[in-house]
Parts: sequence; structure tokens; C-alpha cells
Amino acid sequence: MTSEAIDLADLGLDRGAHVVLERRLRASEPGARLAVHGVDPALSTHLAAWARARGHGYEEAGPAEVLAAGVESSGARLVGWLVRGRATGSRWVGARRAGAADAGVPDAVADRADETWGLAARGASVEAGARPLHFALSDKDRVWADEVAELLRQALAGQWDPATAIPWDAPLEHSDELEDALVQVLTFLIENETAALIIPAKFASQVHPHFREVQQLLAITAADEARHVEVFTRRALMRRDALGLSTVGGQESLRTLVEEPSFELASLLLSVLGEGSFVNLLWFLHRNAPDECTRAIMKRTAQDESRHVAFGVAHLARQARLDPALLERMAASIERRHDALRETSGLNEEVFDALVVIAGGSLAPPDVARGHEAVVDLAAQMHAGRRQRLRLLGFDEPRAEALSGLHTRNFM
Amino acid sequence: MSDPLILGAVAYDPKVVSIWDGFKEWFAARDFAFDYVLYSNYESQVEQHFAGAFHVAWNSPLAWIEAERVARARGRSAEAIAMRDTDQDLTSIVVSRTEGGPASLEELRGKTVGVGASDSPQATLIPLLHLAEAGLEPGRDFQVREFDVLYGKHGDHIGGERDAARALMNGEVDAACMIDGNHLLFAQEGTLPAGSTTILAQTAKYDHCNFTVLDDAPKETIARFRELLLAQSYDDAQTRPLMDLEGLKQWVPGRTMGYAQLERACDRFGWLAPFLKRMGAA
Repeated sequence: MTSEAIDLADLGLDRGAHVVLERRLRASEPGARLAVHGVDPALSTHLAAWARARGHGYEEAGPAEVLAAGVESSGARLVGWLVRGRATGSRWVGARRAGAADAGVPDAVADRADETWGLAARGASVEAGARPLHFALSDKDRVWADEVAELLRQALAGQWDPATAIPWDAPLEHSDELEDALVQVLTFLIENETAALIIPAKFASQVHPHFREVQQLLAITAADEARHVEVFTRRALMRRDALGLSTVGGQESLRTLVEEPSFELASLLLSVLGEGSFVNLLWFLHRNAPDECTRAIMKRTAQDESRHVAFGVAHLARQARLDPALLERMAASIERRHDALRETSGLNEEVFDALVVIAGGSLAPPDVARGHEAVVDLAAQMHAGRRQRLRLLGFDEPRAEALSGLHTRNFM
Repeated sequence: MSDPLILGAVAYDPKVVSIWDGFKEWFAARDFAFDYVLYSNYESQVEQHFAGAFHVAWNSPLAWIEAERVARARGRSAEAIAMRDTDQDLTSIVVSRTEGGPASLEELRGKTVGVGASDSPQATLIPLLHLAEAGLEPGRDFQVREFDVLYGKHGDHIGGERDAARALMNGEVDAACMIDGNHLLFAQEGTLPAGSTTILAQTAKYDHCNFTVLDDAPKETIARFRELLLAQSYDDAQTRPLMDLEGLKQWVPGRTMGYAQLERACDRFGWLAPFLKRMGAA
């Protein structure tokens, strides 16, 4: 049998020689011999131990063979022969490629993610035999949106640093009444954004990693909300030592979101209806806030929220096209939530009143009247927006109108 | 399925449960009833093997010698039916610090040698025998310092060897004993940095664990067990994780030619006498 040879020079197995040896053996057939030359005094001992553990054979060279082999230019001498075993490469028998990394490639994303793919990257070749790792959301139809890669790109590009994006030093020259109203609204926003953080964070851990763009987008959504909570809090504390009021009704409304176990229905209630309404609210505050700092915060957060809404609409519209029965389940969930909240007081009056004061700019009667009109107009805009998004999901106009009307008075 | 074949094994590590549970499932899928009992030490396992508590023992080399000697003393016989490919042709080595440590066996005189558990064939008995046969009697020509981790488990736990290696690098001992493969492992994990130690001595090759049966074992069931075991393939994705856990690429027929050094070590150091006496085999 012909014998290949390798000169390791002073490289020992205790310093990584296995990397070279394994590659050489892998390229040969079982039974092939590889003569190993080297100078490391522990090399022969280590070769025997390493070969045994890897399923290779090893034959130490005798003194006469060492002498006959001479000395390499590196000073290395023959140490022995590795005999390639059968186990090399066995690990990859039956390995399967888990789709393709680029979602744009045909068949890149499987209709159902295999549980034995576990945490493997999409596009990796996955060793057979792994124990299944269960993810509740393993079907493409339940999570995917054709726009998800583009939405992810936008989300990554749209991240902003509160330290530089917000003019924290801009003057605050408005009245105490306005500041109190603003702090109350910010308190309400923080509470709502906390719900909007928890929900995508919960579902991110339930989505099979094969649908990585969805998982990433949900994670970034949670991070967006974490940033919103931070900037709202920082702004609220600029002129006040404490935050405003939190009501039982507000908490009950958010509880129905946080406790919704279905990804589809939570997406509907949170993203399509709740965050969609919030986009209107944040732009309203951007237009009406008395200071530059608050206006900048509201603009940035509204832009983030728009992305959250876009993903919710995109994946639910896709799913409803594939499964028309989903529309009825969505309608039922809106009705259920409405019934559950029927006895609560809805939007707390402090928030409603604070919005009136912010929009009016003062407590002077003409300003209050103008502010009140603006808030009534805001509610109408929210309703119109919800109706339009429900239409995008596949509801007809009368149904969309009716369902939008059932949405919580708490906005989110 | 008929009555299960019962295996006895020693719980030297929590992974032992995963290993034998895995085997149980693997055998069940092949319509072979298998179960196991665990012991905290090999001496209890050997004793219970003779008491008929199970059919086949997964024995350390020392437990094999214990079982074989008790069997012989009682006019019975023990057989090693299978072992891992990685159980064959091991060596142990004695290493010192390259910088400032003993450079030869002769320089070990008067020094301290770190070994593993006192019942470890690979980290204590066989290397000490090697030194004794080279003219360095333990306790007389050099001090022995034991690093006992989980006595009764015959050194299956790697901790004693690692502690001895650490003591070598700390300067607490002048040399340390370990399996060849662990010297490489300790280098790779940084316990013994590459090039920091010199191999002073290397033992002849010896064998490690085996599946042991006594002459009253149910022959057909044992034959089927052995047949299934030897057919396990590393190519099979369902079997491979088990083989990785147990540390082998292939099961091979058992052999007993690789226990001669350990036999001599037991005789020379009188190590087995108390156990054999207790078993009425002294």
C-alpha cells in the first residue's frame, strides 16, 4: 500500500496538529496510511491517544524505520503511521441542509420547520439524530410575511440612539398645566409600551429559528419598545419627580393582550389594532406637544410603531389569504375582548383630559374647545385607520367598520 | 418481550443515567428487553454480580480482575464478552515540569509523585507498577500523593488525574501520572500548557473496561445482547449520540490479554487482598 506522508515540523497535537491530520485523513479512504514526521517529543504518545479516540489506527515507527526514513529539512523524524479509520465523516451521513440562508432563494424557507433542526442556522447542513426541540410556531403559514426580509432591513436601519436623536437640552418654556398633562400621557404610554414589549418578546421565543427574519423582527420590536419606555420615562422626569396615574381599566385592557395565547390573535389585537391606533396618537402628540424634545420623541417612536404595524398586517393578510377561516377567528377575538372590557371604564379620563389640554395649549375656554375637537378628531382618525387595516386583512367594509368600533377605548 | 437482561454499572457521573437509559431505549427499539441497576462503587457491583443481582457487568479493569479472581476461587469462570475500541491499547505516562522538574526517572528519587484515586488502574496502579519495575519503589524511593476523587469508582472520574496535573503545575508534586489521552486533553484545556511538561515514562499498552458475564448467565440472551452491541454503527444517527456519550466508535470482542500489568500491580501492592478476603477468595 502506498503511504502518504506529512511533516508537522514542531507542531504537536497539544498545539493543534489534529486540524492538519484530520483534514489529510478525511481526504483518503479507510485503511489509508499516513506517515507522520515531527519533532515534538510527546508526538507519538499523543498520536496513539488521539487516533484511538477518533477511531483511527496508529503504528509507532521502530528505531530502524526511523533511521531509514532520515531527517526532513525541518529537522523532523518519522514518528509513526496513522491508519485512517471508518468513523471519519460518519457524522455527516444523513445530514440535511435546512433550507437556504437567503429567503429570496426558491425553497429557502420550509413550509414546516423540522424540530430536529433545533437552533441550527437556516441554510446549515444539520447532522442527523438530534433530539427534537419544540417550538410552538413551526409552520411558515402562521408566521411568515413575504415582506419580512425588507421589514427587517428597515428595522435594522431605523435603530436610533436616544442620546443623539433627541434634543434633550431644548428649552421647556410651557406652563405647569401643560407639563402635568404631558406627564400623564407619558405615564400612559409607558404602560402600554410595556405590554407591546412583552408580547413580541414572548412570541419571539416560540417562533422556530428557521423563520429567523420573523424572530429577529420580533426581537427588534421588543428592543424598540424598550427604547420607547426609556425615552418616555426620561422625558416625564425632566420637570417632575414622579409619574402620573395608572388605572384599573387601563390595566385590564392591556391584560387581555398580554394573556392572549395565540400569536395570530395577539398580533391582530396588538399590532393591527392597538399599535395602529398608537401611530395616530404619537403623530397627534408630535403635532401638538409644547416642546421640541417631546415632538422629536413622538416622531421617532411613531416611525418605529409603523414598522410593527406593517409586519402585523403583512403576516396576517398572508395567513388569511391561505386560511380564510382565520378572519372569523379574528372577528371573534375582537368581540371577545370587547365583551371582556365592557364593564371597564375604558380610556382613563385623566389621559383623555390631558390630551385635550395638550392639543388646546392652555386651560382657556376657547383653547379647551379646540383641544377637545382635536381629540375627537383623533379618535375618528384611529377608527378610520383600523377600518382600513382590517380591510387589508380581508374583511369587507361593513365588517371592518363594525369590528373597528369594538376596539378598546384605551387605544392599545 | 421476555425477561429483561439486567446490566450492572457504576454511577461515576450523572451522565451514566443518560447512557444506560439511552441503551435501554435503543435495545427496546430492537425488541430486546434490557434494564440496568447502578452501584456507587465497583466492589459492591462485583459482590452483587456473584449474588445474582444482574446478568452482565460493565466493569472497570480492576473490577474485571476482582470478578475473575473471585470466580476462579469459587471454581467458576468469568468472561469478557465485549469492550469499546477505545478500551484497547491505552498507556499511562508519568510527566514532570519541563522547567526545573526532574528530567529523568532517576531524578524522581526522593521526590513526590501525584497519582489519581488509590483504586485507579490508569492513574495510580499501573504507572506505580511501571516505576517499581524500573527500580523505583513507591513509598521507599519516592513519596506518593494521592488525589482521590470518588474512591470506589476505580478512577473512572477524571477529576483525580486533573487534580494531580494541577498540583504538578502548582509545584505541589514533582511528577504526575495520567492516561496518555488525558495528557493531550489537559494540554488542550490549558491545565497543562503545551510544552510545559516532559514525559518521563510511558507504560506498556493495557486494556480498560469490558462487559463481564459469569458462567451462569443466560447464554442465548447474552449472545443476542453481544450481537446487537457489536452491530452498533457510528454511521447510524440514532446510535451515534450514545456512542459519543460512551466514548467509542465501535464495539469490539472482549479480550483479556491487556490486563497483565494490572494483575501484576494488584499482586505487587497487595491491593485486592481485603476485598478478596471479604469475598472468601483470598
